[in-house]
Amino acid sequence: MMPNERKLRDAFIAALGVAPDAAVETFTYRGIKEWDSVAHMQLIAGIEAAFDIMLDTADVLGMSSYAIARTIVVRHGVDIEA
Amino acid sequence: MNPLDLAGRVAFVTGGSRGIGWACAELLAGHGCNIAINGRTETGLAERAADLAQRFGVETLALAGDVARAAEVEPWYQAIFRKWRRLDVLVNNAGVLEPGLVGMISADLVDRVIDTNAKGAIYNLQAAARLMTRAGRGSIINMTSIIGVEGDAGNTVYAASKAAVIGMTYAAAKELAPKGVRVNAVAPGYIETDLVAGIGADAHERRLGQIGMGRIGAPVDVARAVLFLASDLSTYVTGQVLGVDGGMRI
Repeated sequence: MMPNERKLRDAFIAALGVAPDAAVETFTYRGIKEWDSVAHMQLIAGIEAAFDIMLDTADVLGMSSYAIARTIVVRHGVDIEA
Repeated sequence: MNPLDLAGRVAFVTGGSRGIGWACAELLAGHGCNIAINGRTETGLAERAADLAQRFGVETLALAGDVARAAEVEPWYQAIFRKWRRLDVLVNNAGVLEPGLVGMISADLVDRVIDTNAKGAIYNLQAAARLMTRAGRGSIINMTSIIGVEGDAGNTVYAASKAAVIGMTYAAAKELAPKGVRVNAVAPGYIETDLVAGIGADAHERRLGQIGMGRIGAPVDVARAVLFLASDLSTYVTGQVLGVDGGMRI
């Protein structure tokens, strides 16, 4: 796994408090009990800190899955393949 | 350490090119704070920012646009993030005052006043909080009014908009306190600004008669209260509405 992909995955694991080997790629907002609105804001903060970016409100409201989160950080200039 | 030393910190003042906002920008810059100022148009805004930089030796940023438009607000905070990577103080000040007697309040007037004074304050509070919570610190100072606290005949819509600012202050203070962000409001009384410039001699005298100290306030009187809330003198103060009105009662 590439370092930036690892960073994103780690942000999910830390914010949602799930096991390190959890299948975060399948997670959706409110699809698991750990990913509620409070955890969502922690996740946003974690992703912003991990990549030193600032997300828009539209990103915050639209980040409803790991896959979408991946797309959003790429749009903010993160090379997820690096 | 001087608790009023704001060197290295960053403040954003909406409606910061004149009146109370400008007085706040000047006073914060005078205490070493880097300053972003917003005005509705670009006219003169960059010059105002350059003036602060030249007089006080701080870094500045001019951010033109309408606080009532969410799409214009977010890029300001992206610009602040790109320049400084932090925001320590928001002076949520931009506002409009449009009187209207009950029965003569148009829907357009309601939209203009509520959009700027209430919605605009929420947009800025939310964006600022995002930058502050990631650092675990910050001070948001919302500009309300004695009219939002007490009401005032002829100013029902303005009173509603400023009461909304008080409500958002109380709510956000509760939500953001665990994240290290303080949220307070300042409620000026009768202050000498463009908002009251055309009030007329009789109304002016009537207003003075409502003020215990018997004089109109100066913008810097309000700015000093803002400085207190922005500084480390108020590190345990949140969820408060601080009147700056010389003992005014409407």
